[in-house]
Order: sequence, then C-alpha cells, then structure tokens
Amino acid sequence: MITVKFFASLKAIAEREEDHIEIENSISMDQLSDIISKTSPKMGDIIRDKKVMISVNQEMADSDTIIHDGDEVAFLPPFSGGS
Amino acid sequence: MSTTTDSKIRIQLEDFSVTDEIESMKKVSRNIGGITTFLGTGRELSKGENITQLNFEHYPKMAEKKLEEIRVQAIKDYGIIDMSIIHRIGPIEIGENIVLIIAVGEHRKETFKACEWAIAELKRVTPIWKRETTSKGEVWVQDTP
Repeated sequence: MITVKFFASLKAIAEREEDHIEIENSISMDQLSDIISKTSPKMGDIIRDKKVMISVNQEMADSDTIIHDGDEVAFLPPFSGGS
Repeated sequence: MSTTTDSKIRIQLEDFSVTDEIESMKKVSRNIGGITTFLGTGRELSKGENITQLNFEHYPKMAEKKLEEIRVQAIKDYGIIDMSIIHRIGPIEIGENIVLIIAVGEHRKETFKACEWAIAELKRVTPIWKRETTSKGEVWVQDTP
C-alpha cells in the first residue's frame, strides 16, 4: 500500500487530503496519475501535465521516479512560506 | 511538530519571543560577535487587497527536514557559528510573527549573508504554504517575492 498526500490548493482539487492505494508491484508516476484520475480526473491531469512538484518519502522526486510499496508520495503546489 | 524551545529548528502554532530566541542563541558560543535576525510578519496589503487573516500549512517531517538542511548548509557555506529557524503555522493575524531566522557568527559580515540566503532558500525549498483571506475570499498564494 502507498500513501498519497495532497497539500494546500491541491486538497480542494483532489477533494481529499490523503489516499491509501494498494499496489501489487512498483508503479510509475504515469500509472499513479491514471489511478488518481479515476476518482479525480482534474488532479490526474495536473500530475500528467507536470504542474505540481512531487516528493517521495519526503525527498523531491519527478515524473520518472518509480513508486514502491510502502512509499509516501506527496503532490506539492508552489511553496509560499516565509512572509 | 516540535515545540521544545531549545531546538534550533521549529515549526509551531504558537508565537515566539524574538528576545528569548536571541538570548538562547547567544548561549551557543562565547565567540559570538555578531547576530543577524530576519523576522517575517503578517502584512495587511497584498496585491492591492486588504488581508484579514493569513493561514500557513506545512508538510510535517519534510518541512522540518528542509529547514535543518538550510541550517547545516548555512553554517558550512558562510562560516557562521550557528543558526536557528522558527516558522509558525496555522492562523496568523496581521502584524503577528511568522518566521524568525537567527544567524550567529564571530563577525557581522557572514551572519548578514547567511541570514539573507536562508530566508530565500526557505521560500524556495520548504513545503510551507500561505493562504490569504481577503474580502473576496480565501486564496492559496502561489508566488511570493
């Protein structure tokens, strides 16, 4: 099972903060976006169009990163911390 | 979320005392000869709109990790003695403290440079997001200068 997290503006688009997805084998980011598209087509498009940053296990990742069972994937809109 | 006041990296709901944080950093070394601080506060005006409230969200664990990486890099690259970074999350009123960076060193020059680099790097790499509330509603800020 993998955990998928959505932050800030993406929570409203995905209509959730977190997902738990069962996977049998490692999957690509494209495959994950297909899975997410089934429940949130707009979120799937955003991932496919590379409009968000991605982290896997709290490290920055990209569309080529392979996702393994147990991973925590997060979709991150542009940061705006500071002041 | 850490709330221990002796930690040099903290992301917390509650406000902080700038004076107390500086005093705490002064105890790090007897060789400190210069301290530079950056304090970010809640601004009322943003893109011509009056903000009534700010709200910050972070990615727990990853945000703290990034701030610690910034601290370690600043010490290494600028030759400062130490650095602390505190960022608040949750609702922030106008005028309230948001972020505090304290760079301590033997001389002022490296602490100025380290502090300026650290706030720019924080904005660039740390998964923290700001939501502004104005009379028109709430909006997640996507770009900050």
